[in-house]
Amino acid sequence: MEHYISLILKAIFVENMALAFFLGMCTFLAISKKIEAAIGLGIAVVVVLTVTVPVNNLLYNTILREGALEWAGLPNVDLSFLGLLTYIGVIAAIVQIMEMVLDKYIPALYAALGVFLPLITVNCAILGASLFMVERDYTSGESLVYGFGAGVGWALAIVALAGIREKLKYSDVPEGLRGLGITFITVGLMSLGFMSFSGISL
Amino acid sequence: MAGASAKQVLFEPIFSNNPIALQILGICSALAVTTSLNVTIVMCLAVIAVTAFSNLAVSLVRTQIPGSIRIIVQMTIIASLVIVVDQILKAYAYEISKQLSVFVGLIITNCIVMGRAEGFAMNNPPLLSFLDGVGNGLGYSVMLLFVAFFRELIGAGSLFGLTLMPTVNEGGWYVPNGLLLLPPSAFFIIGLAIWGLRAWKPEQVEEPDFKMSRHKAKEAF
Repeated sequence: MEHYISLILKAIFVENMALAFFLGMCTFLAISKKIEAAIGLGIAVVVVLTVTVPVNNLLYNTILREGALEWAGLPNVDLSFLGLLTYIGVIAAIVQIMEMVLDKYIPALYAALGVFLPLITVNCAILGASLFMVERDYTSGESLVYGFGAGVGWALAIVALAGIREKLKYSDVPEGLRGLGITFITVGLMSLGFMSFSGISL
Repeated sequence: MAGASAKQVLFEPIFSNNPIALQILGICSALAVTTSLNVTIVMCLAVIAVTAFSNLAVSLVRTQIPGSIRIIVQMTIIASLVIVVDQILKAYAYEISKQLSVFVGLIITNCIVMGRAEGFAMNNPPLLSFLDGVGNGLGYSVMLLFVAFFRELIGAGSLFGLTLMPTVNEGGWYVPNGLLLLPPSAFFIIGLAIWGLRAWKPEQVEEPDFKMSRHKAKEAF
């Protein structure tokens, strides 16, 4: 249990997807002008990550990894080079299915997430989490916890940035820095803040 | 973009319409791989190759793709190209591919590749699309190399792994600035680079959300 708590804290704070690995930056910068939008996107990312990372983990361990096809009588087959194609396919499919399920059963949440769900397919944070999962050899339990933690960390970062940007628009920024420039510097400062978590472990 | 000349398509993205500074595309990987120039150059070459060839391939089949499944078709093309690049890197530059870790795979979701395939290659002939891919790849590379140059020079006192300013640890005089090797510095450098670019080309400056009004109360002076 302690191991999982440590992993979740690490995923949220120490190895924050957005601020330490720069993943999902495009959406991070583009959709952080309004807090409501940021919250919607954040929730969508948490949900999608919590589902896709364990599913990809399952696929990797039962089909793709070297020797994983032993149950099918093919112990020497190594399909790991197909990994990228598989993960992105799984992500696209899961996002699509989730869209349909939410539309049918939880229309309120579907309306709130709106355009963000399809956008998530091309969010690097989602694919990144799956790739990190493979690289670090997580078990299925760990991958579930890691997916959830990475999502929460990303959501936390984007909501915080949106909050800062909402205040920032009242300030007098030098002309060339307006918009994107000052946002980068703000994110840099936030990232510096998050660095203070490094080295924390339970 | 009717009648755009090949030269325009190739060179516009480098400064006038830079994918990172203006289109907000492909930032994710721009920051993580820029701690040393060697790694950065490999990453740039990979991105240029993938963008150019995915544009070419998408443009070749653009009339055959049904609109409703175009995203998944583009994804498949891009993912296949990235797998090829990944395998080549693993075969010929194993050390560097280890350092790039997941970021080669993340070229798939690099918004530049997707954005150019969707925004340009779907409506333009193959050759122009290919050049557009090369151009945008170059625009991305210019920004990346700029960032990597400062990060490696100031952070480690070297360029391309060759020591220019011997650091104190190795008996030299230069005290390296460790901040430049940490993630936040990349944000600062890109922010300042954007500032510089916009001071040079003022038409890229964004409109402010609010105009400051002049002081009206006398006491304020």
